[in-house]
Amino acid sequence: MLNVGLSVLFLSRFQFAMTTVFHFFFVPFSIGLAFVVAVMETLYVFKKDETYKKMAIFWGKIFLYSFAVGVVTGIIQEFQFGMNWSEYSRFMGDIFGAPLAIEALAAFFLESTFIGMWMFTWGRFSKGIHALFIWLVAIGSSLSALWILAANSFMQNPVGYALNAHTGRVEMTSFKAVITNQQLWYEFPHVIMGAGITASFAVAGMAAWRLLKKDHVDFYRKSLNVALTIGLIASLGSIWSGDVQTKYLVNNQPMKFAAMEGLYNNSDKNGDWKVIGGFDTKNHKETWSVDVPKVLNILTYHQLTGPVIKGSNAVNQELKEKYGTSKAADYYVPTKTLFWSFRVMAGSGALFALIAIIGLFFNRRRFEAIIKQRWFLYIMGLCLWLPFIANTAGWFITEFGRFPWVVYGLLTIADAVSPTSTVGSLMFTNIVYFLLFAGLGLVMIVLSHRVLKAGPDDVETNGYSTDTAEETSTVDPYAKGAFNHD
Amino acid sequence: MTNLQLLWFLLIGVLFSGFFFLEGFDFGVGMAIRFFAKDRAERDVIIKTIGPHWDGNEVWLITAGGAMFASFPMWYASLFSGYYIVLFLILVALIFRGVSFEFRANMKTVQWRNFWEWAATIGSFCAAFLFGMMFTSMIQGVPLNANGDISGTLTTYVNWFSLVGGVAVTLMCFIHGMNFLQLKTTGEIRDRAQSWNKVLYPLLIVGEVLFVVLLFVTTDFFERKAASTWTILIVLVILTLIAWWGVYGKHNWMAFAASGLSLVSVVVLIFNGLFPRVMIGVNNVNSILIKNASSTPYTLHLMTILTLTILPIVLIYFIWSYWVFYKRLKSPSQKAES
Ligand code: HDD
Ligand code: HEM
Ligand code: HEM
Repeated sequence: MLNVGLSVLFLSRFQFAMTTVFHFFFVPFSIGLAFVVAVMETLYVFKKDETYKKMAIFWGKIFLYSFAVGVVTGIIQEFQFGMNWSEYSRFMGDIFGAPLAIEALAAFFLESTFIGMWMFTWGRFSKGIHALFIWLVAIGSSLSALWILAANSFMQNPVGYALNAHTGRVEMTSFKAVITNQQLWYEFPHVIMGAGITASFAVAGMAAWRLLKKDHVDFYRKSLNVALTIGLIASLGSIWSGDVQTKYLVNNQPMKFAAMEGLYNNSDKNGDWKVIGGFDTKNHKETWSVDVPKVLNILTYHQLTGPVIKGSNAVNQELKEKYGTSKAADYYVPTKTLFWSFRVMAGSGALFALIAIIGLFFNRRRFEAIIKQRWFLYIMGLCLWLPFIANTAGWFITEFGRFPWVVYGLLTIADAVSPTSTVGSLMFTNIVYFLLFAGLGLVMIVLSHRVLKAGPDDVETNGYSTDTAEETSTVDPYAKGAFNHD
Repeated sequence: MTNLQLLWFLLIGVLFSGFFFLEGFDFGVGMAIRFFAKDRAERDVIIKTIGPHWDGNEVWLITAGGAMFASFPMWYASLFSGYYIVLFLILVALIFRGVSFEFRANMKTVQWRNFWEWAATIGSFCAAFLFGMMFTSMIQGVPLNANGDISGTLTTYVNWFSLVGGVAVTLMCFIHGMNFLQLKTTGEIRDRAQSWNKVLYPLLIVGEVLFVVLLFVTTDFFERKAASTWTILIVLVILTLIAWWGVYGKHNWMAFAASGLSLVSVVVLIFNGLFPRVMIGVNNVNSILIKNASSTPYTLHLMTILTLTILPIVLIYFIWSYWVFYKRLKSPSQKAES
């Protein structure tokens, strides 16, 4: 691989991975939860059942925490291109900057403005208008995903550009090509479905823990119904969109695909599919595997036979011929990471669909069948963490799978770092970010716990019910103590 | 330099102006949480004045950053990589500040609530100070190489001028926040904000004079564009005096608008002094010029069309959201009475 040890390159990469992964814990959770809350509030508008209003406020609270952390980690994302990857910024600015700026203009203003409106105007507008605010937040956050993915897709599959021989930088020649990039329209639905999964199974998991305690059964069962319905649609959607993406990859980024399936050698006619396997990444060999015949062809082509799928050894040879060996001696990608990430992601996709179906079945009747299925509630409760892992696994495939490029075929990771960066400053910032993220994650978990424990009846008093001047301040048992401190 | 390049230089200036005008007061209110408010009830009220707005205000910064990346990548790359540690500290400050409002409201113990209140206060102080420091040190000229990389030492970033600039911007934000509180509250908080500003304005005038002297000594603004620099500085002082007068006369709107515009005039001063450069090199040969730093005409053209269509819509709902919360909030003592 490129450089090992604590080089500027390694530390910059580590920082990028750490900050985006952390950002992307919260982003899909917020995007999905905005939709879940919007659906709940809409149900309230139509059914006029106060439980749904409580649901919107209650889950909305957890949404607000996630949103807050998503926002503050997002600013890091925007700044670090210039801070750590200034050569990248110079090379790509003409193309990359545009979607980023549009994201801020078209999406962040929308979501940040209307989230303020939504939080502070309960009871001030008609119910429908108030529900519209959260819909606008949901639309805004999906738009932000769209624009940032447009930028990311260009890095995966550059289109609509020309390389300026004089400056050595890429220049946009067709904005239309950039936003109709095939990669984008495979990536975007899959990410949105992943967001739907994240929110709905996190909500379902939390509800399951409360149902195990037989707490507010009606409230949590209704929450579960909304969550699992969305969850079912999203998990089927993610399997479908993931499947489409896989087909696209076979042709478009064969190295990524070969690594995902752990193929060093070309596939045989039989279409053996590795369920699990071991690899010798030094010598580019498979060491052992558990195979099922035909499945690879079924998964890839949806039929029993198909063209031979190229293994990484063959692809490496092709890429060497295409790009030469001056930039990189080899074009292998981290096979083990991709192979296992893919299994985690696709496996959890199937599991989510199953959980949603079983959950909806148990939760369907008038009598409370689901609280008797304690084993199932435990499984659902434990799966609360799985979407976050699946999302990260998906990004590992996408990002590690374009090694050694940062912009596919155009710019290597090694050429992208800031010449001004030093090991010392990167060490310092990495450590601080790490501690900061650990702290934020912890607070986020503690607060969500607290909301859950306090239960749905408590939320209205400590929420943001109204903002009018007439409002009296909330009763505070600590006010006296606070006085003494000053 | 083409018209499009000029337009985008101005637009970046407009976006930073919007940022300082808006986030300026919520930085100020943030600082006030522990320095001005007396007790928890008061802190609740003043945080509520910015509650619905602070994130929207911060998006002005994000847009400015994104727009800079899109329209002047060489500027973005040079500034952001060169000011690595300063920007990192700004990020940390913004992170603490950003989560504190949400987290604070849900803390169970006094200690933890205090922690997040201090996080908001110190975060606001540091963010305002570091932004001030960054922009003032930037206009003194920095050691640039031909690639546009900055090879600065500590004194490139921290020196008398940049410290005075940082303090001045912090003070302006604080005063602006006090003017906002006068506009948004009634009763004790409003009165106290007024009496604080009565004292702070003379201090600011002293700071501004010091700033002008150091500006004269350390930058080339007066050599290159004496007339426009003087004009902007005079406008700055006049705006400060108007705001001060507004504080005395309880003309809350006027004071608020004037203190906001004085922050804007600092941005104007900087952009006017930079022009036609975007980064000033210690060795002027390496200064980065507007004409060399920008994206291609294609991208600039595209961004112009998109911005001119989207920004007006954004402004409509952005302003509307302020209008929705036009009511003043009562101070806690008044609530007890009513
Ligand atoms: C809860 C989340 C989740 C779930 C259940 C799945 N995925 Fe996924 N996957 C993602 C979340 C995700 C992601 C994090 O959102 C990624 C990263 C980039 C992207 O487009 O989506 C991703 C990427 C990604 C890629 C790489 C795309 C590229 O590099 O261009 C492929 C091939 C798949 N997925 C395929 C699948 C299949 C076949 C699944 C199920 C059977 C599946 N994913 C379930
Ligand atoms: C939000 C979800 C994302 C996650 C979890 C993620 C994850 C990662 C990881 C793990 C790396 C390190 C890979 C390596 O070192 O080879 C990486 C690198 C990188 N990714 Fe992503 N990524 C995400 C989205 C994006 C997006 C949306 C962009 C661009 C808009 C992007 C741009 C980059 C860049 C510039 C690097 C640094 C170069 C590199 O080290 O490969 N990533 N990302
Ligand atoms: C590496 C590239 C990325 C950059 C530069 C970036 C930038 C930002 C910024 C600046 C914010 C704060 C906005 C505010 O103050 O309201 C933010 C939040 C957000 N970002 Fe990212 N982001 C990146 C990756 C992603 C990805 C991959 C997605 C979605 C697929 C995404 C979706 C969001 C959303 C929905 C928010 C709102 C906050 C939340 O819902 O948690 N971002 N991002």
